[in-house]
Amino acid sequence: MSVLVVAAHDGKTVRANVANAVAAATQIGGDVHVLVAGSGAGDAAKEAAAIAGVAKVLQAEDAAYANWMAEDVAALVVKLAPGYGHIVMAADNVGKNLMPRVAALLDVAQVSEAIQIVSPDTFVRPIYAGNAMATVQSTDKIKVVTVRPTNFKAAAGGGSAAIEQIGGAGSAGLSNYVGAEISKSERPELTSAKIVVSGGRGLASGENFKMLETLADKLGAGLGASRAAVDAGYVPNDYQVGQTGKVVAPDLYIAIGISGAIQHLAGMKDSKTIVAINKDEEAPIFQVADYGIVGDLFQIVPELTAAIEKK
Amino acid sequence: MKVLVAVKRVIDYNVKIRVKADKTGVETANVKMSMNPFDEIAVEEAIRMKEKGKATEVIAFSAGPAQCQETIRTALAMGADRGVHVLSDAELQPLAVAKLMKAVVDKEQPGLVIVGKQAIDDDSNQTGQMLAALLGWSQGTFANKLEIGEGVAVKREVDGGLENVMLKLPAVITTDLRLNEPRYASLPNIMKAKKKPIEQLTSEALGVDVAPRLKTLKVEEPPTRKAGIKVKTVAELVEKLKNEAGVI
Ligand SMILES: Cc1cc2nc3c(=O)[nH]c(=O)nc-3n(C[C@H](O)[C@H](O)[C@H](O)COP(=O)(O)OP(=O)(O)OC[C@H]3O[C@@H](n4cnc5c(N)ncnc54)[C@H](O)[C@@H]3O)c2cc1C
Ligand SMILES: Cc1cc2nc3c(=O)[nH]c(=O)nc-3n(C[C@H](O)[C@H](O)[C@H](O)COP(=O)(O)OP(=O)(O)OC[C@H]3O[C@@H](n4cnc5c(N)ncnc54)[C@H](O)[C@@H]3O)c2cc1C
Repeated sequence: MSVLVVAAHDGKTVRANVANAVAAATQIGGDVHVLVAGSGAGDAAKEAAAIAGVAKVLQAEDAAYANWMAEDVAALVVKLAPGYGHIVMAADNVGKNLMPRVAALLDVAQVSEAIQIVSPDTFVRPIYAGNAMATVQSTDKIKVVTVRPTNFKAAAGGGSAAIEQIGGAGSAGLSNYVGAEISKSERPELTSAKIVVSGGRGLASGENFKMLETLADKLGAGLGASRAAVDAGYVPNDYQVGQTGKVVAPDLYIAIGISGAIQHLAGMKDSKTIVAINKDEEAPIFQVADYGIVGDLFQIVPELTAAIEKK
Repeated sequence: MKVLVAVKRVIDYNVKIRVKADKTGVETANVKMSMNPFDEIAVEEAIRMKEKGKATEVIAFSAGPAQCQETIRTALAMGADRGVHVLSDAELQPLAVAKLMKAVVDKEQPGLVIVGKQAIDDDSNQTGQMLAALLGWSQGTFANKLEIGEGVAVKREVDGGLENVMLKLPAVITTDLRLNEPRYASLPNIMKAKKKPIEQLTSEALGVDVAPRLKTLKVEEPPTRKAGIKVKTVAELVEKLKNEAGVI
């Protein structure tokens, strides 16, 4: 049986995590096809075709897919589903929105955020904010799976799969896209950044986050935050790292003024090296930090920024 | 318009969970249970809609063992009008819960259903989307803001920021953290809630097959991270990051 990977994209490029999803699909086995549904998504389809391991790209052009409304895209995926044993997508907000709808329409379960493929029907997934790992076996004929991108090394480029035009399934007319308020940033995207600098309630204001921006820019890092910092309005919602925010696993994660609640740890404890800066030496974040420094962040962060500049 | 909200009974978010020695799940005996935090947000939103005259009645739904009634009582104390409890001691997976909810929706005919974006125990993030699919309704997931008019305008929390969509009613909404700050129930309201009705149903009576589709083979502890060292100075930190960890 073949595996269908559903690609999130912006028309021009597919999201970086599509290559991670293809890697997971390759582990499942069988031909890997990638669905690029969109309106004027030719460039994204070409990019998908270049991912190593992809046998074929299905490009579905339809005005209904321009903004990726789940109601419309789900209907298309369901139409294609009978040809596949697995439907796989990265567990980002697009995948989380779409795939359960697909699964329910097919009357099958969904495996959420798999971190390991044990066999074609068996997967490991974190539960309870990553404090337990469940190994689950699907008894359904078609397996609908979202995968956590940080647990699958991205497939390389250099492929040259054929692109097949398959046409669309139209709009269900249930929902309309109005617009987006996207945070503009030159910084690397949080979930794929090699280094992440993250701030918490200890920063005490949005103004103080500028300090972290300076540090992040010196390091070429992405910028993250705890829920407390987002709730307090210091930074936008898309900065949130954790159980109910984004999961990151960079080479270096620097937690600044973050206590280390389990909900936060769930989103960053797979980072290779963790640094914690906190004035409370009892803060739980130190239990996962490779290097901790106890002290006032308002003194330490400028010092650290200066030290890195000198390098 | 009636509003149906889902309230799931979960291990309280402050509890440090323990995996059972026989690897069949996590320890739930003598553990504090609470309403899933995202569901508190769902209840709050529905009550505010009623207070603004946009909703006529708020119905709280829960599926699971007898103790789910306590969770429904909490919703009633916050301000929901009545409860529907589907009694089940079986393991209920999201598809099963969505089917049970669909049966209740068919009966109650609400104009809007609000559920949490994810339950903090199983972290599935599926039930709302599945329910919308089964009903053939629109879905507004990860809602940051709702505005009811002809349809429902939903501001959604997405990977890059926020997205605005307009949905046809009826619709299913799933709540994100910033939608509102749930109220605490006052003592008089807790007393009043004791008299509010809770209807009890079963999956058999609703004609829903709740058999699990995913078999849990085992549940294990995650690999633990060892605490590292504390450094005294920034210079020492930078030296370690460069030469020991090799990450800068
Ligand atoms: C349903 C639910 C979902 C959640 N999801 C998430 C999630 O996805 N992500 C997440 O992060 N949280 C999440 N949380 C919240 C989580 O439980 C914590 O409340 C939150 O992570 C705390 O953020 P914080 O560490 O910034 O704040 P606090 O816990 O208040 O910690 C602030 C820290 O800053 C330190 N500090 C203060 N001033 C200074 C200074 N001058 N110098 C140095 N250190 C200083 C303090 O010592 C303290 O340790 C969730 C909670 C619930 C209920
Ligand atoms: C190892 C393991 C052991 C388990 N053991 C048990 C067990 O002993 N008993 C048991 O009953 N289940 C058990 N389960 C099942 C698990 O709790 C279900 O998968 C869960 O009910 C559905 O997933 P979710 O809540 O994460 O869904 P999500 O899709 O994340 O839930 C989203 C929202 O849907 C609504 N919702 C979901 N479920 C309900 C509900 N039951 N009532 C009201 N609203 C709801 C809530 O609004 C919630 O915020 C177990 C699962 C695992 C992995």
